[in-house]
Amino acid sequence: MLLLAVLVLSVYVGEAQAGPDTPSILATMLKWTPLLAQGFALNIAMSFLAMAIGTVLGLALGLGLIALVRPVRATSWVITQFFRNAPWLVLLFYCVLLMPFEVRVGGTIIPLPGWAKSTAGLALPVMANVAELVRGAVQSIPAGQWEAAEALALTRLQTLRLVILPQCVKRMTPPWMNLYAIVVVGTPLASIVGVNEAMTLTGDVLSSEGRTELLVPMYLYLLTWFFVYCYPIARATVALERRFQVS
Amino acid sequence: MIPAWTAEQPLIRMRDVHKRFGATVVISGISIDVMKGEVICIIGPSGAGKSTLLRCINALVPIDSGSILVAGQEVNDPKLDKLALRRKVGMVFQQYNLFPHRTALANIMMAPLHVLKRDRGEVEAEARALMRKVRLEGKENSYPGELSGGQQQRVAIARSLAMQPAAMLFDEVTAALDPETVKEVLVTIRELAEEGMTCVIVTHEMGFAREVADQVYFTDRGVVVEHGPPAEFFTNCKDERTRRFLSQIL
Repeated sequence: MLLLAVLVLSVYVGEAQAGPDTPSILATMLKWTPLLAQGFALNIAMSFLAMAIGTVLGLALGLGLIALVRPVRATSWVITQFFRNAPWLVLLFYCVLLMPFEVRVGGTIIPLPGWAKSTAGLALPVMANVAELVRGAVQSIPAGQWEAAEALALTRLQTLRLVILPQCVKRMTPPWMNLYAIVVVGTPLASIVGVNEAMTLTGDVLSSEGRTELLVPMYLYLLTWFFVYCYPIARATVALERRFQVS
Repeated sequence: MIPAWTAEQPLIRMRDVHKRFGATVVISGISIDVMKGEVICIIGPSGAGKSTLLRCINALVPIDSGSILVAGQEVNDPKLDKLALRRKVGMVFQQYNLFPHRTALANIMMAPLHVLKRDRGEVEAEARALMRKVRLEGKENSYPGELSGGQQQRVAIARSLAMQPAAMLFDEVTAALDPETVKEVLVTIRELAEEGMTCVIVTHEMGFAREVADQVYFTDRGVVVEHGPPAEFFTNCKDERTRRFLSQIL
């Protein structure tokens, strides 16, 4: 609500500053909305992909963190700590600068556009955070569950697959959704490396319009898009947490 | 080669078992024989190593020295096939430890399906029969959280029985239960005992031990203080420590 009020206010102030013969700020926003929507769709696509890749890799890394073999555990720990404590932007830069612009698989050349490389850059911290979620969830399962499975002659892998991990899914879902919301608001980082997502496009719009009074309302408009997308996720996370606490 | 086990030999044979956790000695030289079809009850004060001893029998806890033979298989052997051992010995825990995300029936079916790789139809028929046996017909699709403690514990017993073990270990299985549900669990165990199941029972229920046991062992500070058939043990115990324990608890 507050956000909407500020948006309206900024539009009003902007209108007042503008001369009588320029098109209104609202009309300008409306005009560029399809383009911004296109950019925002890329943000969402990047967040989906980064989350999917990061989750799959993170599950594997998380299992590495609880492996019985010490070298596997140690290696997984180093990887997790490295990517969890590195700034996202730095990881993004490295991915964009170090990855080639295309890869050759057999005879076919697969181009690697900036958004794909940025997605990879975002997937790395997701991976490390998911790994920590997995480790924490597994350790929160009572020891009696392991003992009971062992006494029934289940192997360690069977115990994980049939007993431990299914119980972890429930515990991991709220923090995992939380992480997703963070990834979504992290996607505009890709604007710095020139990906045509919503943030970049907003900048392009502003420079082509060349009107300073547009600056605040346009960025607020963009912010509203992200807020409208992420806020329900945050609410759903809280609701889920509450439901799981009851049962 | 493992020497062939014959029914004249004890099904479980413990000799001079020692176990310590760090500096704490939990078991210091326990020897117990359990014949096939025999029911033994182990009683004693908390911290006497009773639960640890049970966990040593199915190799949940490794022993430091001594020997435990289960149907001729040495548990204290680095080459031990733990899974093979655990298929022979079922265990029921104080906290039931049912898998909360699976129904009662699925809890019972899990090990036969995935460990023994048996046919699902057969396993399900047996699991339903086991639910009837522990008097829980109609609760097949209930989740553990929807069952009372006594009902959960009976599902846990059925879950162990589904592996068709040669012996069953019961670790204070009524200690966490409400008084009114203790009886239904004890009835189930007594029926098993009467059917000839070999049972090693750690319990605080003296009346039950007296009624069901062939042999009662009193342990304290990691050793067996005294043992004997229940009639003799409860009326005519010789050791001062046993007498003091029984006078406190009865």
